[in-house]
Amino acid sequence: MGTRKSKAPPPAQARASMKKDLPEQFRDYRHVWVFMELERGHVHPVSFELLGEGRRLADQLGVQLAGIILGPPGDSTLHAAAEAFAYGADLVYLVEEPLLTDYRNEPFANALTDLVITHKPEILLLGATTLGRDLAGSVATTLLTGLTADCTGLDVDEDGSLAATRPTFGGSLLCTIYTLNCRPQMATVRPRVMRMPQRSNKPIGRVIRHDWRMLEEDIVTKVVGFLSDDRSGNANLAYADVVVAGGLGLSNAENLLLIKDLALTIGGDYGCSRPLVQKGWMPADRQIGQTGKTIRPKLYIAAGISGAVQHRVGVEGADLIVAINTDPHAPIFDFAHVGVVTDAVSFLPALTEAFTRRLAPANRLRLVN
Amino acid sequence: MHIVVCIKQVPDSAQIRVHPVTNTIMRQGVPTIINPYDLFALEQALQVRDHHGGEVTVLTMGPPMAEESLRKALTYGADRAILLTDRHFAGSDTLATSFALSQAIAKIGNSFGSPDIVFTGKQTIDGDTAQVGPGIAKRLDLVQLTYVAKVTSIDLRTRAITVERRSEGGTHVLKSELPCLITMLEGSNAIRRGSLDDALRAARSEIVKWNAVEAGIEDITKCGLRGSPTVVKRVFAPTPREQKAVQIDTVEKAVQDVANELVTSIFAHQPALEHELSSTRSVSR
Ligand SMILES: Cc1cc2nc3c(=O)[nH]c(=O)nc-3n(C[C@H](O)[C@H](O)[C@H](O)COP(=O)(O)OP(=O)(O)OC[C@H]3O[C@@H](n4cnc5c(N)ncnc54)[C@H](O)[C@@H]3O)c2cc1C
Repeated sequence: MGTRKSKAPPPAQARASMKKDLPEQFRDYRHVWVFMELERGHVHPVSFELLGEGRRLADQLGVQLAGIILGPPGDSTLHAAAEAFAYGADLVYLVEEPLLTDYRNEPFANALTDLVITHKPEILLLGATTLGRDLAGSVATTLLTGLTADCTGLDVDEDGSLAATRPTFGGSLLCTIYTLNCRPQMATVRPRVMRMPQRSNKPIGRVIRHDWRMLEEDIVTKVVGFLSDDRSGNANLAYADVVVAGGLGLSNAENLLLIKDLALTIGGDYGCSRPLVQKGWMPADRQIGQTGKTIRPKLYIAAGISGAVQHRVGVEGADLIVAINTDPHAPIFDFAHVGVVTDAVSFLPALTEAFTRRLAPANRLRLVN
Repeated sequence: MHIVVCIKQVPDSAQIRVHPVTNTIMRQGVPTIINPYDLFALEQALQVRDHHGGEVTVLTMGPPMAEESLRKALTYGADRAILLTDRHFAGSDTLATSFALSQAIAKIGNSFGSPDIVFTGKQTIDGDTAQVGPGIAKRLDLVQLTYVAKVTSIDLRTRAITVERRSEGGTHVLKSELPCLITMLEGSNAIRRGSLDDALRAARSEIVKWNAVEAGIEDITKCGLRGSPTVVKRVFAPTPREQKAVQIDTVEKAVQDVANELVTSIFAHQPALEHELSSTRSVSR
C-alpha cells in the first residue's frame, strides 16, 4: 500500500468508520500549494496569509510548501516568486504566459487544473476573493474534488487529512469539513481571517516552470476595461490598523460624520454594520461582517452596533475591540475587550477630542523635529 | 431568448437560533425566503427578457416545500417554474448540487429550448460558498461571469454580451459571448413587485416537478451524499470568550472624563499603538 513515507501509519481507531483507503490514483498526491493572487502586478496580501497557514500545514505533514504563480512574463511574476519564498514557500511553480495578464476564468482555470494534474498537490489553498472563488469553483469541478469555502481554521488530522473549519448558518455555528477520498483537498480563506506571517529574507528557492499554452482565439471572454476603486479611496478597509464603525444605534445618516471624524483624527478607516448599507447610508464596500469585509485591525471601535453573529465573524480577529452601546446586555459586550455603556452620539465627539488631546504632544514634537 | 434562473429557498438566517445545550439549529418557526441574491439574478433576467423578448424559467432544487419559492418567482414575472426534488439529492455538497442542477438545465434545454443565459445569485446566505454557479458553468461548458453588478449590453445578432464584474479593488468590464452563466451581485437592481396579472397567473400555474430520473440523471451516485466529496465531520458553537469586557464606569462622570478614561484604557491595552497613531495621524491630515 502506498502510505506516505513521511508519516507513521494512522492509529487503528482513527476515524476508520469514515475514511476508506484513498483511491490508488491519489496516493502519490503530496505537498501543500498556495495560489498566489496577482492583482495588476501586486500580490494580494491574502496570499501571504495563506503561505503562513500553508507553512504550518506542510510542517505538520512533513511535506513541502509551494507557491503557485500564474502571470505574464516579467518582473511582477518574478517579484511574486521572491515574495513567496520570503513568506515561507520551499518552491514555486510558475506559468508565464502573456494571456495570463488580466484575470479571466478560462485561461486561469485551465492552467491551474493542468498544473494540479501534472504535479499532484494534496492540499490547494486560495484566497476567498472574487478571483479566488471564481477560480476555485471551476478547478474543483473539473477535478471532481471537494472545496471548502471561506474557512476560518485549517488543520491536519492525525491521519493527515485536512480539517477545514468554516462558519455555517450565517455564523451561528462552525463546522469542520473533510475531503476524504479525492485530491487535492481544496479550501478558500477570506482576506484577514488568518494572521499575516513574519516576512524573512530567505534566499531565492527553487522555481519550477510549467509549460502551458492556450490560444487567445480560444478564449471567449475579453477584458475591455477596468474602473479602479482608488477614486473613492476605500480599497483598504480590510487592511486598516484602526477601524471605527457605526451601527443602527447612530439613528441617522448625519451621525455617521461622528464616525468619520474619529477615524480621520486617529488616522484610521471607517465602516458600518449591514443595515446601514441596506438603508443606503454607506456604500456596500464599507460593510463589515460575514457578507461584508473581514477586518483585523489593531483597534476596532464599534459605536451603536449590537454585535450580531454575522457582524462578529468579521471583527473577531481585531487585537482590541471597543464597544460603545446604550444597552449593557448587547451581545457585542460578549466579545468586546473594553466597553462603555453610553449614548454614542454624545460620546463620540468627546472621544475624538480625548484622542486629539492625548495624541497632540507627540504631533507637536514631530513638527519641531 | 431563453433564460434559466437558479434560485434556492433558504431559512431566514437572521432569525435562526442555536439551541444552547445541543448546539443544533432550531428551525421550527424560522421563516424561509428566496435567497436574497437570487432575487437580483431574477430581476436582471426579467429585465433582459423584457428588453430582448423570450422566456424566463426558474429552477430550484430542494424539498417539496420549495415550491413556495417558485410560485413567488412566478408572481415576480417568471414564465415557468421547475422544481427538482428527490430524496436522492439529500446531503448534496456544492459539487453534487452543481451536477444535479446542470443535468436539469440540460433537460430544460431539450424540453423548452436551449438557454442563452443561466443566472444565479453570487452566493446563498445559508451555504455562503459561491461555488454552485461556477460548478454549473463548468459542467455545462458555459463561459462564466461571476460577481456581475450589471449586464451592460447584449447583442443577439452577434451573440455578444458585456457585463461589469466586481473584482478586488475595482470593476472589470468584460465582453463575452452567449450562452453564458452569470452570478449576480446584490443591490444591482431594485426588485420589481410583479403585476396583478403575474400574481393571478402564478396562482393558476402548474409547477413542473422532476425527480432525478425525470431530470435525465442516469448516474444517481453523482448526487446527494454519495456524490459529495466533502464530508461534514463536526458541527459546534463558537467558543465564547471567557473574559467579559472591561467596563468603563460612566456613573456620575462628565462625558469628557469617560472619554479620557477610555483612551487611557485603549493605550494601556495596546501601548505600541499610541506611538503609531501619533505618526499615522500626522500623515493622514
Ligand atoms: C445572511 C445575513 C448576513 C448578514 N451579514 C451581515 C454583515 O456582514 N455585517 C453585519 O453587520 N450584519 C450582517 N447581518 C445583519 C445582522 O444579523 C444584524 O442585523 C446587524 O449586524 C445589526 O446591525 P446593528 O448592530 O447596526 O443594528 P441593531 O441590531 O439594531 O443594533 C443597534 C444597537 O445600537 C444600540 N444603540 C441604540 N441607540 C444607541 C445609542 N444612542 N448609542 C449607542 N448605542 C445605541 C442598541 O442597543 C443596539 O445594540 C447579516 C444578516 C443576515 C441574515
